[in-house]
Amino acid sequence: MTEISLNILDIAENSTSAGAGLVEIFVEIDEAENYLKTTIKDNGCGMSEEQLSHVTDPFYTTRTTRKVGLGIPFFKEAAELAGGSFRIESECGKGTTVEAVFEYSNIDRMPLGDINGTIRTLIEGHPEVDFLYTYRHNGSGYEMDTRQMREMLGDVPLNAPEVLQYISEYLSENKQETDTAADKEVIK
Amino acid sequence: MKSLEELKAIRIKMQGQVGLRSEDSTQTRVVVGMATCGIASGARPVLTTLSDAVQSKQLKNVVVTQTGCIGLCQYEPIVEVFEPGKEKITYVHMNPEKALDVVNKHLIGGHPVTSYMLQSSEA
Repeated sequence: MTEISLNILDIAENSTSAGAGLVEIFVEIDEAENYLKTTIKDNGCGMSEEQLSHVTDPFYTTRTTRKVGLGIPFFKEAAELAGGSFRIESECGKGTTVEAVFEYSNIDRMPLGDINGTIRTLIEGHPEVDFLYTYRHNGSGYEMDTRQMREMLGDVPLNAPEVLQYISEYLSENKQETDTAADKEVIK
Repeated sequence: MKSLEELKAIRIKMQGQVGLRSEDSTQTRVVVGMATCGIASGARPVLTTLSDAVQSKQLKNVVVTQTGCIGLCQYEPIVEVFEPGKEKITYVHMNPEKALDVVNKHLIGGHPVTSYMLQSSEA
């Protein structure tokens, strides 16, 4: 994995496989406090304590197509190598929360990468699932809630090409605005 | 900044069109592997390229979807094409350029791109 946003995509795909109706994705960069924090929280089927205790072991997986499960271990390693921390909480029937914190200025921190592409890909692939995406940078920020979008759209599915184009534009315009405001904050 | 109101306009524009893309027997399915193996080897830009091309070229009978790991991790990114009444075609080691080739030559032109296909002897 070369981007934090690819890790987020991978973990959130697990959330959708766990039957989640709502996946909350939170990304926060705080340059003054020197961290990049990301949380993926779902209301899917969750894991048993037994499963949870093995989840960071790369040679453990519930899959039957292959014998390794690298998604969670990759994310954990990436955060810990960049002076950060990793936490996963899960309860059967309630859902799972994954949190990774990176030291922002750490030379080994991988770039956030194309986070907008990740969010769009998730919505495109899982139009029946709701996503609440929050992006914060030095105090500025925005969010996108597919539940609100659904209200506006009525019968039109979230993965209709016209809607996906709107989503891509919404994400990139808001991110640009947020990052511009955040840069001004740093100069101050 | 874009407002949610714009979605209402999309809704009105699309009224009556909904259902045109619903699954039926004439529809071609293009499936991209989106598990850890696929994502790590570049599946996200492949998927975005495919769905953008399907939209811009107005391919009404093609849907692009995702799947998990099919157990051929060493060949990712993998794209499978399911055409009604035909055998499944599996493209391996894909990238955005190859994906566009597949759109133009296979989905539009009707000729699978043999050089990107998984050879049965390798599987």
